[in-house]
Amino acid sequence: MKTSTVHDKNHEKVRHSGWVKSAHFIITLSFLALTVSGFVILMAHPRLYWGKAGNDLTPALFELPISRNYHHGGWEKSIPFKHLSGSQVSSARGYDIFNENGWGRSTHFLAAWFLVITGLVYFILGFFSGHFRSDLTPKARELNIRSLWHDLAAHFRKQIATAGANYGPLQKIIYLWVIFFLFPVVILTGLTMSPAITASYPFLLKIFFGHQSARTIHFFSAVALLLFLVVHIIMVIRTGFKRNILAITFGKQP
Amino acid sequence: MRKKKTITRREAIFAGLTSAGALLLSGCLKKAPPTYGNILRMGDDLTYMAQRGLLSQRALAMEYQKSDITSFPATDNGDPADPANKKVYSKTYQDLQGNDFKDWTLSIEGSVAKPGKYSMDDLKKLGERRQITRHTCEEGWSAIAEWTGVPLSALLKHAGILPAARFVSLYGFDNYAESIDMLDAFHPQTILAHTMNGDKLPARHGAPLRLRVETQIGYKSVKYLQRIVVTDKFIDPNSDIPEGWSWYTGI
Repeated sequence: MKTSTVHDKNHEKVRHSGWVKSAHFIITLSFLALTVSGFVILMAHPRLYWGKAGNDLTPALFELPISRNYHHGGWEKSIPFKHLSGSQVSSARGYDIFNENGWGRSTHFLAAWFLVITGLVYFILGFFSGHFRSDLTPKARELNIRSLWHDLAAHFRKQIATAGANYGPLQKIIYLWVIFFLFPVVILTGLTMSPAITASYPFLLKIFFGHQSARTIHFFSAVALLLFLVVHIIMVIRTGFKRNILAITFGKQP
Repeated sequence: MRKKKTITRREAIFAGLTSAGALLLSGCLKKAPPTYGNILRMGDDLTYMAQRGLLSQRALAMEYQKSDITSFPATDNGDPADPANKKVYSKTYQDLQGNDFKDWTLSIEGSVAKPGKYSMDDLKKLGERRQITRHTCEEGWSAIAEWTGVPLSALLKHAGILPAARFVSLYGFDNYAESIDMLDAFHPQTILAHTMNGDKLPARHGAPLRLRVETQIGYKSVKYLQRIVVTDKFIDPNSDIPEGWSWYTGI
């Protein structure tokens, strides 16, 4: 059985197998669409909260100055709910907010379909082809402080292997973190914001501490994925942009 | 170039996915809302079909404790009793409000054996459900409140819903309307709420009666109700789809 990447000692080439290249391509495009549409959705309500629910009349964790909705006034007089013992109020909004969620949300969910289906295929093939085991799991000898420190220091001294070599130990750890932690968390917290899905799977609201906590975790895991993307692109450029891009796109190197 | 003799694994996967997708779509297409060729609306339909196919349709949305109740913004296109709001103003509504909704009735028509008008007292006789649920707005915020109302299913049964009926459209006085399918219309938590947090529905939360659909996003829960129309065919009374919004909002 052909493994996804073959380390050819004579040529020092990474050969990405077809499904890895296809998955990488589809996931890259859907991630970009999710980032743009996710930002547009956040612009409609740039406030983040912790807990089961949160809105303009409850305290926010923090607010982002990314649209005219940031700190907008335009709330009518607060009216208390007189049969409640707490200080909950209602207020009507008289402000015309920025809201492009019609296309924003539908683009987000369409791109999420591509990401989730491709991700599932990638997961299944990754396990059965040995891609995760042989290409992405660090070797026992790589997993010690000295080896990891050496790898980290090499990154800053620009001594990392150029395109074509096997993945380094830090690179493997980060890839595994992205594949097995960040993507699952960002997808599951996304699903936790759905009223229909959480009706069937209420445990989602439990494990992510409520609807607004899930939204906040969704935001931070998306930011972490974007940071990964930035570092990933820097490393792709520093280790031979052309060779890397050709390898992941066509599986060939000149 | 290498000549292809046998089907590769990649091709097999793609062919499999494509045909599975095609089967799924063709099997459901008759029931799906129109897309007018817009790829985003096709995605919305895929989400609708997937949620209907994969989720339990009787599962209840999370119900909360009294201590979880939060403040609750009222966000809509404006007060329908205020003549200054040209888009939503209704003279009829203003007059009804002036008389504390004593003359208000809800009409039910379309695919029902007994179309007619119901006063608030008539409706309250049909049953009552109280629930503390979360309102999830497409904008990103959420709020928890206690709602008391008449299950929509009780009204539909009382009006003698006909076997061919498939969708329920609800019209508000504020020129707003939404339709839902029978699964959501008969969902136990889908109620016509007349009471919010123990008091009669506040003006800007849709007085005197509003819909609560707890398995969808907030904009399906029409306020200021005046009319319910049961139809055999799909209709999109608020033109969500041509205006670029998803008709189904389970997510």
